Amino acid sequence: MAAPSRVGVPSWIFVPAVAGAGFVLLPLAALVLRTPWARFLDLLASPASTEALLLSLRTSATSTLLCLLFGVPMALVLARTRFRGQGVLRSLVLLPLVLPPVVGGIALLYTFGRRGLLGETFEVLGVQVAFSTTAVVLAQTFVALPFLVVSLEGALRTAGQRYEVVAATLGARPTTVFRRVTLPLVLPGLTSGAVLAFARALGEFGATITFAGSLQGVTRTLPLEIYLRRETDAPAAVALSLVLVAVAVLVIGFARQGRSSL
Amino acid sequence: MTFRYDAAVAGRGVDVAFEVAAGETLALLGPNGAGKSTVLDVAAGLLRPDSGRVELAGRALTVAGAGGRDVLVPPHDRQVSLLAQEPLLFPHLSVLDNVAFGPRSRGMGRSASRDVARRWLAEVGIEDLAARRPGEISGGQAQRAAVARALAADPRLLLLDEPMAALDVAVTPALRQTLRRVLADRTVLLVTHDALDALLLADRVAVIEGGRIVDHGETSRVLSRPRSRFTAQLAGLNMLAGTWDDGAVRTATGLRIEGTPGDPAPAAGADVVAVFPPGAVSVFLEPPGGSPRNALPVTVTHLEPHGGQVRVRTTELSADVTPQAAAELDLAPGASACFVVKAAEIAVHAL
Repeated sequence: MAAPSRVGVPSWIFVPAVAGAGFVLLPLAALVLRTPWARFLDLLASPASTEALLLSLRTSATSTLLCLLFGVPMALVLARTRFRGQGVLRSLVLLPLVLPPVVGGIALLYTFGRRGLLGETFEVLGVQVAFSTTAVVLAQTFVALPFLVVSLEGALRTAGQRYEVVAATLGARPTTVFRRVTLPLVLPGLTSGAVLAFARALGEFGATITFAGSLQGVTRTLPLEIYLRRETDAPAAVALSLVLVAVAVLVIGFARQGRSSL
Repeated sequence: MTFRYDAAVAGRGVDVAFEVAAGETLALLGPNGAGKSTVLDVAAGLLRPDSGRVELAGRALTVAGAGGRDVLVPPHDRQVSLLAQEPLLFPHLSVLDNVAFGPRSRGMGRSASRDVARRWLAEVGIEDLAARRPGEISGGQAQRAAVARALAADPRLLLLDEPMAALDVAVTPALRQTLRRVLADRTVLLVTHDALDALLLADRVAVIEGGRIVDHGETSRVLSRPRSRFTAQLAGLNMLAGTWDDGAVRTATGLRIEGTPGDPAPAAGADVVAVFPPGAVSVFLEPPGGSPRNALPVTVTHLEPHGGQVRVRTTELSADVTPQAAAELDLAPGASACFVVKAAEIAVHAL
């Protein structure tokens, strides 16, 4: 099949484009080159590493579930209803996308911490949130939620409401329409949104260390472990970093697949 | 199951009232932007009118601006199905499950609703496509499936929004025949800008223009004697009813008109209608001798200007001629003339 002919780009544009691509790819190459392949598995098998890795996977999975639980209804309300102040609300809900994670951590601390807005309520219930695994999940959900909301809202808008209208005139109640028409139609968008949210949760650092601290086995996730090891055991930090790179590559593959099937 | 509609949507400048009797098909005929979609949206419960009342089988579906409490029965609770221009089959469901969607949504079990769906697929002639996905069938087949899906929901009122507009012209005659069959005895509101759809599917026609109903009545009267500019231009069709006899339409008055039958061709002796536009008619004073064309003796009743031409009217037919031709022929009310039409210009439709 012949490639479609189009107006060419100016040839000088390739210089900054290639430089930019190099800027992104070179550090990855450096990481691969510095990986101590001989001791790779030993480094990953150390108790601290496995504990951090398992904690990261567990908390990220939980926060992805929370994102689905709250994000799907949020995206639906934003995409399918209209009310006063909706634009402002959307911007505020998406704020964690651009907010420095440390600031998010501080904000969470003053919400769920012992002296926080809801802290006393939780205290009465006998639950202490801050500096617990729950805090890790909350921090990750806080930063990952907007990713799911944004990509699902986009998918919902692209899908439009025509099928939903037909379903309703065939006698389907709103819940049936949601379950049997809306969700299946946006499934690719939902999948890629969930995968992105999972990736963001997995990489979460700033909000976690601020709000949850760094307690081995409890709140010390993989990014925190990498940061701490960097001082004492650089090869281990590199090996763990490579694990996160591998996960990231997988995630991008998944997300792309979700897009293309849309 | 009478459907009564009387509603105004100020924002779109649409204010119409009409009634569809139980078992009747009413065609709402009008140009683009006349307000047809607005009427459908209000009827389906997708749009709240500023004022008015919509009623189906004695049940108020929409009441607005009447002083009392407003009513807006949600779309799923109206028993009003909508068939749009595009089939809009749910892409993730098989054809069978698409058709079973309505019964299932109304609480029927999975296998019972599939049985209903199979019956309807057979009714529209595509039972062999039940297992296919919507992406794997043609546009005409998909629209048939959409018809089956709308009817399987067992609506009290069926709304058809230009059901043939998005289809290939090659498949429209067959689908029209199917619609004629399955819509008989149903209460239907058909929105269209195609006079032929109205002619073949509707018992009555209401012409909507600029948000108002400008003409309504029996289909044959509205189409042959249009009172609105739009129907005169887009419709204004000549129609002669009769029976199909050896490649020609034989009318009650004994005329024999050769025409081109649609697909499938009507059976011998079947009731048919010959349809041709006024522009296809040539006017002569005497029948041209030895011509293979149809020559219909007529008496001119009146003449009127029509878009730069002169429309010559008789009690049953119309012809468009140039002003020069009208002057040369010295046409005047009461004059005898002969309308001549080629067989290729005459479409014959089974009734």
